[in-house]
Amino acid sequence: MNIKHLTTPIKDEDIMDLRIGDLVYLTGRLITGRDDVHHRVVKQHRELPVDLNGIAVFHAGPIMKERADEPGKYDVISIGPTTSMRMENSERDFIRETGVKLIIGKGGMGLETAEGCKESIAVHGVFPGGCAVLAAEQVLDVEGVEWPELGMPEAMWVMRVKDFGPILISIDTLGNNLFEDNKKKFNEVKEEVLPELYSQVDYLK
Amino acid sequence: MTTSEKQKFIDILAAFTGYSSKHLPDDVVERLTLMREKEDSPMAKLFYDAMFSDLEKASELDRPCCQDTGVLQYFVQVGSGFPLIDETEDSLREAVKKATIEAPLRHNVVEIFDEYNTGDNTGTRIPWIDWEVLPHCDSVTIYMYMAGGGCSLPGTAKVLMPLEGYEGAMKYILDQVTSYGVNACPPLLLGIGIGGSVEVAAKLSKKALLRRIGTRNKNQKAAELELKMEEAINRIKIGPGGVSGNASVMAVHIEQAGRHPSTLAVGMSTGCWAHRRACIRINHDLSYELLTHKGVTL
Ligand code: SF4
Repeated sequence: MNIKHLTTPIKDEDIMDLRIGDLVYLTGRLITGRDDVHHRVVKQHRELPVDLNGIAVFHAGPIMKERADEPGKYDVISIGPTTSMRMENSERDFIRETGVKLIIGKGGMGLETAEGCKESIAVHGVFPGGCAVLAAEQVLDVEGVEWPELGMPEAMWVMRVKDFGPILISIDTLGNNLFEDNKKKFNEVKEEVLPELYSQVDYLK
Repeated sequence: MTTSEKQKFIDILAAFTGYSSKHLPDDVVERLTLMREKEDSPMAKLFYDAMFSDLEKASELDRPCCQDTGVLQYFVQVGSGFPLIDETEDSLREAVKKATIEAPLRHNVVEIFDEYNTGDNTGTRIPWIDWEVLPHCDSVTIYMYMAGGGCSLPGTAKVLMPLEGYEGAMKYILDQVTSYGVNACPPLLLGIGIGGSVEVAAKLSKKALLRRIGTRNKNQKAAELELKMEEAINRIKIGPGGVSGNASVMAVHIEQAGRHPSTLAVGMSTGCWAHRRACIRINHDLSYELLTHKGVTL
């Protein structure tokens, strides 16, 4: 388990040697983007309000609070990763079209994203799910919000973070996929334990 | 009932809801602590460390420990003599709006068809309220559950034919756990409902999640099955966050209802590690006790 600190803008060579199971801490810029942001970029081909080249996209829908004394300025109350798999259908195109280098979420992503990480040089990593105050405390500043009409969780929040992590690399630039590997192992053991459960439930008389 | 009594009732319910978004119940913290101690994979340990550090910070900064504060569900056991019985539903709705601003909670309710976020966590039939009326009783006991997106996603229910039966149910549940469950922020609490039709199984599976960890089904066979399922699923070693580790689940809870001779329905609900389930008893004079978070005054 290697540990690496990444700073945006992230260059290809910064992430080429990362392997699944490595740990990353991010300093710099990220945006939040989940279902609707992906939809707007990949399906509706809307113009990007922010340059995403070399930065990170965080699959997350935060709780934000507008400052009472500074309208339009927000603080993060709580921000944790959401299920990355929901973005599986659009992530490959999203990476290609935006130039993001680090995708952060929870749980694994599939073959298409792994292909996307290989062809466009990017990595996917997981932030411990549900650890939303931990993550909020690593945000230095909320620079702004784009597409606020999507609502608080779905809008694109632009943030600066410091030592944001731990982020566990789950897809690397070779297309290795930690969660797909895990799932294979889980399924093998499942097939072993099922017959034992079957013998337990022979209740019919 | 006076207006000020109703306001007090709303205030208690709002504070109860807000508090429970920030502090996990005692039994969940206890179980997670135990699982963390037994863990020896470095990756899994790192995830447990993050979880506990998150809980500490949430409590210190008075913020929701997970950003997904869910869609609010209340399971109400109201005494027929509870003086605010007529006001309970309205008070719960008001309490949700209040907690949404005060806690604050994430805006999580999207109306079906019209597809807009209501912005205050109430909506058509939401908060979801499940009623039981208790005769000869003048208090109300309310279970609150924050149904997050990630932990609701693996939920499923199905009617099997008796000959596929219990074996089919086991396979159905384990398939779901190893596919969808992995993304639902394990270690999971698995709620399983078994009955004769789909809504009964589904509802019981959610009720199973409301049970305190460490309790067992009263039926001996069901209690044994809970234990066996825990052992079996833990051997899959899903670990915290699905990164693999020593175990997979905090517990498996089963609830059952009699079935039709030709059907066997099974339902599953999952709770994530941030299992925000809370229970409060409010007496006729509006004195109260939090049953899931001992010694807490709101
Ligand atoms: S599954 Fe639970 S802990 Fe994970 S993000 Fe959803 S509500 Fe939070």
